[in-house]
Amino acid sequence: MDPMDAIRTTFFIECDELLAQLEEGLMAMEQGSADAETINSVFRAVHSVKGGGGAFGLDPLVRFSHVFETLLDQIRSSQVEPTEAVVATLLRAADMLADHVAAARDGGVADEARSEQIAAAIMSHTIGGASAAEYQEQPAEIEGLDFKPQMISLDLPPAAPADDFDLSALLAGAAAAPEPSADGDADGEGDWIVNFAPHASLYAKANDSVLVIRELSGLGEATVTYNDEMLPTLDEMDPAGAYLSWTVRLPASVHEEDIREAFAFVDEDCDLEIVRDGAIEAAGPDIASLLAAVSDTPAAAEPASSVDLPASAPADIQPAPTPPPAPVAAQPETARVVSLMDLAPPVETLTQAAPSAAAPAASAAVAAGAPVPPPPQTIRVDLDRVDRLINLVGELVINQAMLAQRVMESGAGKATDVNLAITDLELLTRNIQDSVMAIRAQPVKSVFQRMPRLVREVGEATQKRVRLITEGEGTEVDKTVVEKLSDPITHMIRNAIDHGLETPAEREAAGKPAEGTVRLTAAHRSGRIVIEVSDDGRGVDRARVKAKAVEKGLISPEAQLTDEEIDNLIFAPGFSTAATVSDISGRGVGMDVVKRSVQALGGRITIVSTPGQGSRFSLSLPLTLAVLDGMVVTVGDQTLVAPLTTIIESLKPRAGDVRPLGPNNFVLKIRDAFVPLVDTGAALGFGKSKFDPTEGVALLVESDVAGQVALMVDHIQGQRQVVIKSLETNYRPTDGVAAATILGDGRVALILDIDGLVTAHRKAPPRAETLAMTG
Amino acid sequence: MTELSLDGRDGSELISFRIGEQEFCVDIMAVREIRGWTPATPVPHSPRFVRGVINLRGAVLPVVDLADRLGLGKAVETARHVIIVVQIGSKVVGLLVDAVCDILSTADHVVQKTPDLAGDQMQSFVKGLIALEGRMISLIDLGLVLDAQQAEAA
Repeated sequence: MDPMDAIRTTFFIECDELLAQLEEGLMAMEQGSADAETINSVFRAVHSVKGGGGAFGLDPLVRFSHVFETLLDQIRSSQVEPTEAVVATLLRAADMLADHVAAARDGGVADEARSEQIAAAIMSHTIGGASAAEYQEQPAEIEGLDFKPQMISLDLPPAAPADDFDLSALLAGAAAAPEPSADGDADGEGDWIVNFAPHASLYAKANDSVLVIRELSGLGEATVTYNDEMLPTLDEMDPAGAYLSWTVRLPASVHEEDIREAFAFVDEDCDLEIVRDGAIEAAGPDIASLLAAVSDTPAAAEPASSVDLPASAPADIQPAPTPPPAPVAAQPETARVVSLMDLAPPVETLTQAAPSAAAPAASAAVAAGAPVPPPPQTIRVDLDRVDRLINLVGELVINQAMLAQRVMESGAGKATDVNLAITDLELLTRNIQDSVMAIRAQPVKSVFQRMPRLVREVGEATQKRVRLITEGEGTEVDKTVVEKLSDPITHMIRNAIDHGLETPAEREAAGKPAEGTVRLTAAHRSGRIVIEVSDDGRGVDRARVKAKAVEKGLISPEAQLTDEEIDNLIFAPGFSTAATVSDISGRGVGMDVVKRSVQALGGRITIVSTPGQGSRFSLSLPLTLAVLDGMVVTVGDQTLVAPLTTIIESLKPRAGDVRPLGPNNFVLKIRDAFVPLVDTGAALGFGKSKFDPTEGVALLVESDVAGQVALMVDHIQGQRQVVIKSLETNYRPTDGVAAATILGDGRVALILDIDGLVTAHRKAPPRAETLAMTG
Repeated sequence: MTELSLDGRDGSELISFRIGEQEFCVDIMAVREIRGWTPATPVPHSPRFVRGVINLRGAVLPVVDLADRLGLGKAVETARHVIIVVQIGSKVVGLLVDAVCDILSTADHVVQKTPDLAGDQMQSFVKGLIALEGRMISLIDLGLVLDAQQAEAA
């Protein structure tokens, strides 16, 4: 891939993070916590987007963010008070900025009229505000990219000054480096800035920083600065610790490989950063970060989507100060410094880091000392790699099961060493599997974060005042599930505002606050994730729903329905309660589609409603789409898996309970109801010559297309968690089969698609018309 | 008799295998691996020549009975049968054949155009013939095996 494309991709990935950070900050401000840190983070986000945008020549984006940033800057310097009106404008501006970024990414153009309108709104709050004309003329380049080290730490933990990625360290280093004597940046490319922070392990391995620095200075005229920020007082010093770091400035003509070569033996034991000074000045700090990220981590440059891995163990950044002090022991450290100075004659030494550099580093140190825990460190990993790992672990689990089976077959007793070892292996494999699955787990935050904007827009369009409350956004669920959550949640929220909430006037008349509340929550409940969207609106208008259902022919006029049954009618296909199809909810997709897509994921959706007090939609989904709880059954000589979520009960039919209906069909009497009986083997084309329901087991399942149906299988082998493998990757979709899985013996078993199976059954045999199905 | 170059790449290598009394070959670049016969799990509503799906280190892939596909009758598999795992487009497919014979290079052999044989199922899958030491080896067009499979299945 073109390196520029790679950087561009990284830029947009970062933009997403920055925009999320922006939104989060603004939401916090909306709730009244306009502390300096929040405002700073908001400012930083906009500034970083603008900086990157400028480097890529994204003019509209830069123009807009410049205006945005100007106002934020004034808020930051307390010139402008972040009142409710101002924050509301900022929120709209954040939405617009997101549109600009999206437009730039997809090569389109954002809504320029809206952009100008919002820019004007921003400027109306700005003191001595830039005029609209100025917005138009605002040059798109480097203006505003002046070097401000304290703003640019991106989303990296400020407490980790020595991290590979850390910009503040990089920038501190850059700033700390003395001005090049004369020749430095004459040519286009800037000098090399090498930041080198040894870990204690470097010295423990009998390496020495001085050797490295001496080697560097042999490459060209080097300027070395050392940084003793981390140096504790004598009584706190760990004799074996490493407290010093160095910044070496090398002429631009030196090759990067040569610089890396110097660190060949120590690169695992130090934090190392090699950047060009010019890159920072020319393209702005954000690009520098991109370049650093690209050069340091190939993974970050890959275009594929990536997951953030929370690293539980904090990286080994600096040795913690060990309490028992040995005053004398500090000696070697000092001695080393001295000897360094002696041994590296061409190296100039600065005894004090420049104050400008000290500032951010010091604030980082303060942050580290503060009670606020540093955010967990994350790395970006290509999703493909994680999937590969998951596949391999799946294989490992199968192999382990096969091995266990073989050992059993070989007749080794339960208490033999072999079997005990196998048991250990099994435990270990399970642990590995759980840990690997946890890698894919992501908080639902990424989806929840998109909702405030939706609420604002829908609220505006419907003239309703809405307040969104979110809870449990840290709830983790598999990445694939997170991706699938967005649509149903969007629909439920739209629905809640459009149909659930009343207009402010109606609300006041009903004695409720004019502002409606929509609550979005996520929680883990018995191995599933439950998302709830509730509103304090008028609740389901049952009379209207029923009338509508009758009108649409969904129910007969005489039907006696419980309140719950009426509420659930809104999920019936083709049902839409809004009298006029509005822009908001009536996008041709009703709750029935939501329900079907949720069920396709192995989920359930329900509604509870109280007239006058509101409704609550509950969405329950499995935590992962890669694993499924299944009932393993035998049909003919085949082993099949039925998804456990669809099975209501299993029973052994008695002869008297099975009644023929028409020439080819049977129904099964379960308590007082008759349900159609489906010969699973026949429906799948594994047909046996004779079908005798009393010899098999009936699985009573809930199907979308035909309500309850009894599936006949020969035996039940048991319940098991199975890993879902796609049949379509290498073959094609198949009626009645949802996917495949691999059993303990290494063979493939098919996972049944209940709805497909029932549909196939209904199509295949000629059947009597009389069997009316409920549902 | 016209000469037929193989994708214009002279010197490509072919892997030859046997089905019944006939010999066939495919481009070696398409072959991912060769493995022994393992029982396949039948998939409902599949064409007759798809034996089912097998597990290849965690991936589920279909096995095509090439004999059946070429109209030579369903193979009666034995322990000596092998599955040639080939990459066709984005899909990985197993081909059930009797035995693998040889590796040949097109540089040494002329690939001749298939003569017209009216109404033979085989014709559409054979894109050329190679004469070798008195034997005749048919070059299989893998893309067509899968295309036809999809067409028939649709």
